[in-house]
Amino acid sequence: MAASKPADRINARLLAALASLLGGVFVTGAARAVPLPENRAEAMVHTYKGGGVTATGPALLVRKSIADKISLTGTYYLDAVSNASIDVVTTASPYKENRNDFGLAADYAVRDSLVTLAVGASKEPDYSTRSLSLDIAQETFGGMTTVNVGFTRAADEVTKIGDSSFLDQAKHWQFRLGITQILTPKWLASVNLEAIADTGYLGNTYRVARVFGAAVPERHPRTRSSRAVKFRAIGNLGGRDAVRAEYRYFWDTWDIKAHTIEGGYSRYFGQSFLADGYVRYYTQTAALFYSDNAQGETTYVSRNRQLSNFDNLVIGGKLSFDWKKQPGLYDLKANAGVELYNLKYKNFTDIRNGSPYSLRAAVLQLYLTATY
Amino acid sequence: MTSRVGCLAIALSVLAVLGGCAVPQPWVKPYEREGLSDPIMRLNRDALAAKHSEHVRDIREAGRGATGVQGGGCGCK
Repeated sequence: MAASKPADRINARLLAALASLLGGVFVTGAARAVPLPENRAEAMVHTYKGGGVTATGPALLVRKSIADKISLTGTYYLDAVSNASIDVVTTASPYKENRNDFGLAADYAVRDSLVTLAVGASKEPDYSTRSLSLDIAQETFGGMTTVNVGFTRAADEVTKIGDSSFLDQAKHWQFRLGITQILTPKWLASVNLEAIADTGYLGNTYRVARVFGAAVPERHPRTRSSRAVKFRAIGNLGGRDAVRAEYRYFWDTWDIKAHTIEGGYSRYFGQSFLADGYVRYYTQTAALFYSDNAQGETTYVSRNRQLSNFDNLVIGGKLSFDWKKQPGLYDLKANAGVELYNLKYKNFTDIRNGSPYSLRAAVLQLYLTATY
Repeated sequence: MTSRVGCLAIALSVLAVLGGCAVPQPWVKPYEREGLSDPIMRLNRDALAAKHSEHVRDIREAGRGATGVQGGGCGCK
């Protein structure tokens, strides 16, 4: 419960800030509005493959403005998952399932602000989520500074296949604050902060922990509170290329601390191609109650490798091709993105052979984007 | 009482000093921002691809948030 008190204080403070900003936005009336996001459609096929897991499916996004004041966005996302991960093959049987995710958002432009209200729903056979988000982006200081404030409230329902008596809930609160600043005619920088508070069932109904070598159901705390701060800078190098760098520090009440550092380079080739390359390194410490094989009974115990001590090196690239263009009518691009994941766990044993576990995975994204 | 008067004097002095400072003005004019409006400068160019990448990381890493992707969150177990 100690985790929920600071979270409540932050909730109250951020809600007050959000309310005052909203009040300012609507009281001032509409004289000049920031531009709405451009009309846009995206269609993607995505695949993740690695560690015995394959997740693939289509995703769609359509955005259209109405009367130059409101822009509506609809999204659909499917994950068709075939899971034979190390957790599954060592304690259960491989399975297949689908996750369907729907989203609807409305952007409203008023004076120097863009207000975005969004709802979302995600459903798996044994897990469903509903969410509501409100984000405000406010331009200030002659358009050189953009302040973003956002809030998401989500509620999950957790069931267990094979155990019809199991039913539990989880609730999540997310508060975002961001500032993007124009530094020079060539450089932008941003700072983002996010506080997340969770209560309810925060584990996995199927996963087991090991205590004295024996498998027992994992036991997670029912509250968690986390903070993250991210710094980014991106610069136009002037030769039709750009460079970016970012760093994020994360910490939570489960005693996990994580650092993420990423650098990227983008460049136009000819009249039709834009290429991006980037490297991302992530490292984290373990949760207080994580144990590969606990040597004592404790209130909470987990062998979820996501909560263990590990690092992850990601190398990625994207290529965008100007396929068809009719000035003033539409602009169609074909895009391909690849990411290679290399996860090395420092305290998670592959119990099939007794050695530290690691995995490599590949992510492929093929998509068309159209602005019209 | 003496300390209140002292605080007031300090506050007035600070205001007087600040009053003499020029308020910063936007130093990059709108016509100088062409290089910033190029798509190559967008931090999240394609919403679906950014959301998918964030989802893949959310499942595998405990670190979360402050990504700058609107809405955020995983919506998954």
